[in-house]
Amino acid sequence: MIRSLPTSNTYNRLFTLYVILYFIFLFAPLLITCVLAFNDSQFPSLPWKGFTLDWFTANSEQRVGIFHDQINLDSIWVSFQVAFYVTLLSTVIGTCGAFLFEQEDFRFKQLLYFLMLAPLVIPGVILGISILLLSNTLGTYFETSWNLDIELFRPGFWLVVLGQFSFIATLVTLVVSARLKKFDRTLEEAALNLGANRFEVIWHITLKFLRPAIFGAAALAFLMSFENFNTTLFLVGYEATLPINLYLQVRDGSTPVINAISFLLIVGTSLIALANLYFSRKAE
Amino acid sequence: MLPVLLWLVVLIVLPHIDLLIMSFRIETDDGRMAWSLNNYLSFFEEPIYWLTFVRTALYSILVTFLTFVIALPLAFYITKVVIPKYRGFLLVLLLLPFWVSELVRVYGWMILLRESGVINHFLLKMGVLQQPVEMLYRDTTMVLGLVYTSMLFMVVPIVSVLESLDDSLIEAAYDLGANMWSILFKIIIPHATPGIVSGSIVVFMLTLGNYLTPNLMGGKNSLWFTEQIYNQFIASFNWNQGAAFGFLLLALSSLVVWVGLKLTRQNLQKVVQ
Repeated sequence: MIRSLPTSNTYNRLFTLYVILYFIFLFAPLLITCVLAFNDSQFPSLPWKGFTLDWFTANSEQRVGIFHDQINLDSIWVSFQVAFYVTLLSTVIGTCGAFLFEQEDFRFKQLLYFLMLAPLVIPGVILGISILLLSNTLGTYFETSWNLDIELFRPGFWLVVLGQFSFIATLVTLVVSARLKKFDRTLEEAALNLGANRFEVIWHITLKFLRPAIFGAAALAFLMSFENFNTTLFLVGYEATLPINLYLQVRDGSTPVINAISFLLIVGTSLIALANLYFSRKAE
Repeated sequence: MLPVLLWLVVLIVLPHIDLLIMSFRIETDDGRMAWSLNNYLSFFEEPIYWLTFVRTALYSILVTFLTFVIALPLAFYITKVVIPKYRGFLLVLLLLPFWVSELVRVYGWMILLRESGVINHFLLKMGVLQQPVEMLYRDTTMVLGLVYTSMLFMVVPIVSVLESLDDSLIEAAYDLGANMWSILFKIIIPHATPGIVSGSIVVFMLTLGNYLTPNLMGGKNSLWFTEQIYNQFIASFNWNQGAAFGFLLLALSSLVVWVGLKLTRQNLQKVVQ
């Protein structure tokens, strides 16, 4: 049954087999995607025709590798920009949120807290359409009432940023709150007694204590934004983000270039994830 | 205070009020907007709409249950069976694939399962199959994809509750002659209930709101409700109808979360932590 109890060998072997099978199930799709990015064939399928880097570096009539594929490169750049702004916004406001809910007391705090959690239980698609609807309503209003045509209210870059920010800020708030709960407030009092002002206390003491959590949350926000699909789908204008662009390509057929992009994504996100994990372990 | 308030009011409260209002508006024949229940009525009148809705809900329940059945032994293995030295390693290994974009994971399954895919290639080579079989675009594949995508959100909460389960309880039951099944149903599952509930809520909600997996892995006949919403918005450009659908989906997912919490007497705050 458990480590400390005598168990039959068959039981142990079956259990281990189950776990091994599960991990194969877990990694098979990712591994095969990576392997086929290096296959010297026009289609991402077996048989294996030899190793090639064409799908990364080639720039010929038949094959255009990812490093020369302008549409995909553009969408990667768009995704980077979106993720940058989303990370910045949600880290700042999420941290404010954590301070607000952990350290302040005010009327309707429970209600506000509930609203802060709401994005966790609202499906991303719904968040996308309701923000689209609101921006459209506002856009029409400004146009008919004041004859103003405001770019922000049309599907496009900034709407995507706002849409992703609306739920990623919740995650940042939760991650930072968890760390802030462990903060010893007597440290702040001590600093105040020693003549620091409120701003200095927050900057030198509290934020320093929160730093690992804030960096962790920022890394999380970046990844979540970079790969968000559901909310972005409805808000995107003509500048497609990488997931939207990949989706359109996967739907209409596939080339090993998609594998090459996936390979880069898998390697990139794994590195960020591992670094994040390593630093959060170290912080504890 | 102010930025947080702005975020919550402008990006969470107002959009959903607008969603609700839009869902009760229709465009009349002379091009004006009017209040109406028509958007909701057409949902009940057109079988394709409510059938998709019911199908989506039922499949989401199935996916949640399957995810639970697969996740429980795994969580148990990680917390109680494996040598503690390997536990951290296994957990990291478990989490890693979920950092990768969902699109990449779905794409991986497509390469594996399709007619010219990797699994067919091996089966043909080994002589198990004479003709390649299309394994993609079936309901079963879609369920597989959804279970795969949701696994993490079930395993992690169950691992964290099982960590607090005292081994001596299991030892005591064993010494008193309980067999494996009664230990499972009388000790492990009751103790793990909070984790199972929060895992199930998250998995159900994510499955219900998923768009990518049903769209790319399901067949022509396996329409998901989010795809209906997308069609109303992007293809038919009937935003009011789409808003009504969106609101129905939101209502269903909130209802399930609420019932789940009530049944187990928990609140959202605790589940989140």
